[in-house]
Amino acid sequence: MTSPIELDELYCDFKESVQASIPEANLDLCLTCGACTGGCPASELLDMDPRKLVRMVLLGMDDEVRKTPWAWVCTMCARCFKACPMKINIPKLVYSVRRSWPRDKAPKGIRGSCDQHIRAGNAMGVPSKDFIWVVEDVAEEIQENDPKFKDLKVTVDRKGAHLVINQNSREPVTEPDELGPLWKILHMVEADWTYPSVMWAGENYCLFLADEEGWKYILEEFVYHIDNNLGAKVVVNTE
Amino acid sequence: MKKFNIPHNFEFTSIITLYAQWIREGKLKVNSDWNRDLKIKFTLQDPCNIVRKTWGELMADDLRFVIKTIVGEENFVDMIPCGTNNFCCGGGGGALQAGLPEQRRAYGKVKFDQIIKTGANYVFAPCHNCHGQMEDIGEFYGGNYHVVHIWTIMCLAMGVLGENERAYLGPDLAKVGL
Repeated sequence: MTSPIELDELYCDFKESVQASIPEANLDLCLTCGACTGGCPASELLDMDPRKLVRMVLLGMDDEVRKTPWAWVCTMCARCFKACPMKINIPKLVYSVRRSWPRDKAPKGIRGSCDQHIRAGNAMGVPSKDFIWVVEDVAEEIQENDPKFKDLKVTVDRKGAHLVINQNSREPVTEPDELGPLWKILHMVEADWTYPSVMWAGENYCLFLADEEGWKYILEEFVYHIDNNLGAKVVVNTE
Repeated sequence: MKKFNIPHNFEFTSIITLYAQWIREGKLKVNSDWNRDLKIKFTLQDPCNIVRKTWGELMADDLRFVIKTIVGEENFVDMIPCGTNNFCCGGGGGALQAGLPEQRRAYGKVKFDQIIKTGANYVFAPCHNCHGQMEDIGEFYGGNYHVVHIWTIMCLAMGVLGENERAYLGPDLAKVGL
């Protein structure tokens, strides 16, 4: 015979750990209204949705919660959070689920990109000297082939530049010609800018992996380089 | 930085904010004359990260200001919903590299349908995750739109886009301004 759930006897370790690390997550406030789920493109995928995940956490279904690969299908886009009348931070809950995965069980692609970033300063694992070489090579080609841009200036680690620009590593690594248009725009507005050679890439897979140590390390190295070596006032994320 | 309380002496901004500022200040002299007769239609994917999750409506407005300036207001078609209420493309949060392509594409079907409904030939994707995902779902579900960066069309509009900088353009724009 089916019996009612005894709420007093629930062990909700996962919920408690989330509440401890993210007090603003407000999990207990869920009204089960489903606004989160109604507007979520990941609803029903892998037989899961945001409301169900919250419910499972509240019911202490910790094993199922920790194991659901849905945590990697949800993109933490925060549409659910915006729609939630009780301001339950579901993206942060999903982030906590990701964080609870053993590092070696997390998706290989995301883990690999995070590892490369820690090691080389970009998710594709390209050494800084190769990045600098590509940048100089492409710049030279533009200067030589286009008279309008014969004075195009592209620098790496230029001290005192006002702007430091983060570039997604995809451009220099797989499609260097895509660097040109942005540089031309910067040239036309006479922007005072440079690229950093340390943690130069715009992407951040350690955040996606919920690897806080890696994420923090990347940021610390980056901030140290900008503040102590370059002195830029503004850091710009590109498209 | 805020998350880890790392003190720093610089501020963060987005290149989109700067594009908008430079256009308003008159430093970036660009207009949509090139598209007056061509009437090529564009739509925009609001990246969750810079719109809903960081700069909100301000970023959504700047994006539209920049894009309408370079393609013409009459040639811009918004997806519905959009801005801070947009649907994620399904490629964010590392999903492109999560090893679950079937689910990622099922997620992306929502975005694909939205794009098709606009009737636009081009989608601006000022985010690499969105860019990669929308190209993939376009190919997978058989859409005939192209995914472009703002910088490409900005340079096209200013007549400075090189021949080798057109990898993302369709045949209709391959020679424009050369």
